[in-house]
Amino acid sequence: MSEVIQVRNLCKSFGALDVLKGITCTIQEREVVCVIGPSGSGKSTFLRCLNLLEDVTSGEVVVLGQPLTDQRTDINAIRREVGMVFQRFHLFPHLTVLANIMLAPRKVRQQDKAAAEQHALLLLDKVGLRDKSNAYPHQLSGGQQQRVAIARALAMQPKVLLFDEPTSALDPEMVGEVLDVMRALAREGMTMVVVTHEMGFAREVGDRVLFIDQGVIVAEGPPETFFAQPENERLRAFLSKVL
Amino acid sequence: MVDNIRWDALAEWWPQFLQGAVTTVEITVVAVVCGTLLGLFAGLGRLARHPLVRLVPNLYVTFMRGTPLFVQILLMHYAVMPALFGSNSAIVNGIIALSLNAGAYIAEIVRAGIQSIDPGQREAGRSLGLTQAQTMRHIILPQAFRRMLPPLGNEAIMLLKDSSLCAAIALPEITYYAKAMQGSTYLVWESFLSVALLYLVLTILCERLVRLLERRYGTV
Repeated sequence: MSEVIQVRNLCKSFGALDVLKGITCTIQEREVVCVIGPSGSGKSTFLRCLNLLEDVTSGEVVVLGQPLTDQRTDINAIRREVGMVFQRFHLFPHLTVLANIMLAPRKVRQQDKAAAEQHALLLLDKVGLRDKSNAYPHQLSGGQQQRVAIARALAMQPKVLLFDEPTSALDPEMVGEVLDVMRALAREGMTMVVVTHEMGFAREVGDRVLFIDQGVIVAEGPPETFFAQPENERLRAFLSKVL
Repeated sequence: MVDNIRWDALAEWWPQFLQGAVTTVEITVVAVVCGTLLGLFAGLGRLARHPLVRLVPNLYVTFMRGTPLFVQILLMHYAVMPALFGSNSAIVNGIIALSLNAGAYIAEIVRAGIQSIDPGQREAGRSLGLTQAQTMRHIILPQAFRRMLPPLGNEAIMLLKDSSLCAAIALPEITYYAKAMQGSTYLVWESFLSVALLYLVLTILCERLVRLLERRYGTV
């Protein structure tokens, strides 16, 4: 196994507000790491630092061997290999489902149209939405939109996928279909970092769980021990509220 | 009053009015196209991160919006263009003055259009590895353009009417012929009311066209 992401003493401030206060962790290949914590704890900011959607205040983030904080690193090249799924999907509303998925492979990877389309349809099969390929995002339910967003991220054949609360904006009855897709990805060996409030998912699919509170990793461990015998007091308090 | 209208004089001047209308439409279309291109670059420039890149478009927009179009047309025709290029062509100089003026207003339309797009769209594009330029070109601008259509249509209508100021530099558009008719016939009502109606017809057509485009390319 090799290290896909290494984070060393990552700090992030918005003005006077210190959101991340020294995060250190490593994500291995084929690992599914779930990040939990109270709202405002910095877990989304942490995730967004991993592909530099937020610039880092100090510390080091190394993705696929490339230090993101180094000025000479081609950030676009890194982002090609790091897929991201957002809480609010952010599909491109002016493009069909198929065009949403094909855009980046065509423009960034210079794939020809036929190959990109074939791959896109394959991915739509995977998320169970082939029949929606010509629909526009607004014609889909939230759960369907998120599945398309996952297919869009997969189209770049990323080495790692970042999920930023992928089910938090969904109606309860649609959470399952998105988690099913993510579960399948995990089984295929996709490296995933998932910020989530779905404790059931973290327990079942996660190889490791990180608990972030007030900008630091307070506790981490495999889900079995993490949820069954939480040693940290803040973690215990948090779990007692959400479980 | 209708009894007193000199229909015969109108009939005599009608061909010139139509010719003027063609010129008015021509300079308006060219100015809208050039102004949109100018406005696109100026609007993007005003959104640039580097303050020096913002400086030029900011000065441009401030000057064009802060001085009267009429003065700009006179300045362009009698001073700037003759001095720089030796151009005495009213139609060229008029189009340039109108385009520069429209570009400044359209720059603001472009800027507002881009800023109205959810930042998540940019983030989604960048997270897929698209460059800033590709994200702008394929994701932001197509969506912003749909929102820019109504104010752009408004700008086109303004431009159509404001092109009448070019009569002052003897550009043979509608108002130029109206003044010519008044000068040679002394018929004020026939001269000006008829071209007012002509403008009205053109602006209504323009509005229809914009509405058609909005329905075709409107916000999804």
